[in-house]
Amino acid sequence: MAKVKGDIVIDIEKCKGCELCVEACPQETLGLSKKVNSRGYLYVVKIQDNCTGCVNCALVCPDAVLKVYRKTLGKENPVAVVSNVTQDLTLTVNK
Amino acid sequence: MNERTMLSEERHFENMIQAESICTAENLVYERPGTLLDVTMHYCPGCGHGVAHRLLMEVVDELGIQSQTIGIAPVGCSVFAYNYMNIDMQEAAHGRATAAATGIKRVLPEKYVFTYQGDGDLAAIGTGETIHTCNRGENILIVFINNGVYGMTGGQMAPTTLPGMKTTTSPYGRDVKVQGYPLKIADIVATLPGSFYVTRQAVHTPAYVRKAKKAMLKSFQYQKLGKGTCFIEIVSNCPSNWKMTPVESNRWVKEHMLPYYPLGDLKVPSEKETAQ
Repeated sequence: MAKVKGDIVIDIEKCKGCELCVEACPQETLGLSKKVNSRGYLYVVKIQDNCTGCVNCALVCPDAVLKVYRKTLGKENPVAVVSNVTQDLTLTVNK
Repeated sequence: MNERTMLSEERHFENMIQAESICTAENLVYERPGTLLDVTMHYCPGCGHGVAHRLLMEVVDELGIQSQTIGIAPVGCSVFAYNYMNIDMQEAAHGRATAAATGIKRVLPEKYVFTYQGDGDLAAIGTGETIHTCNRGENILIVFINNGVYGMTGGQMAPTTLPGMKTTTSPYGRDVKVQGYPLKIADIVATLPGSFYVTRQAVHTPAYVRKAKKAMLKSFQYQKLGKGTCFIEIVSNCPSNWKMTPVESNRWVKEHMLPYYPLGDLKVPSEKETAQ
């Protein structure tokens, strides 16, 4: 199975630190900051680098502060899959 | 080059890929919708209004109907909805959003018209307007946010407050012998012949957010058919007036609100009705 890597960008000035995304994240990637933003709220930060880009955090965010990216790494998808059930096909690969 | 150096080089290349930022335009899977203005909303942390606003604007973006949509803002917490939605908006008198929407839709029948109302606006002062609008079958979408409390005025009891629920005007809990039972507006509307699509949704978990968005998308598409009123009730939270943290309030929605207000479609048009 191909490995999926995700990343998020947080608009910390709009974040109100409601923690709904922290609760919704299945990977426990998110946590609250130690500092506050200009409005006095603790904001959400990434505390682990294991995001898969599942979008759950962005879906429950009431202030739409999250931008989510996702990239599939590792194995490429095969160009074609040949199944030779009746054994009457011969496959030659030109090198 | 021997095998060992090749392997180490490959590993190095893999690490390079890992370290490279994936935050590029082609990897973007989710972004704030363009029609939701780039300002901080005045809602309390964790309020369901923000999610509902965002979903509406996502649907408007996806259908590409920003210039053809007119929204009606209510009185209540969401009174400043016009500051956040980059579409044509009209503010209505308390409870009269559906009446204002009726007028706008009749004058401009080709536009998509929706109202956005809370339970104090739609279920208390505007019950008459709501029921008669749905009974006339006006071709509008009504989005009803139900959090069981009057949010803006400081947490007084609403018609939708659950039995036994404590508010500032029912400090010992709502007594059904004195204050009556919670009003299930969506069920009432579903019985009217004028309503076309009636559904009850929630926004407390990612799965329900996706479902709520689908319901909104459907309602905007049905509006084109011109066959009746679409009504979406969204069971939401009010962390400030329920005196809970946002996470606790969402749990409370699941444990207390949803048993009384079960989610799902209450009136679905048949395939024959939706055929164009």
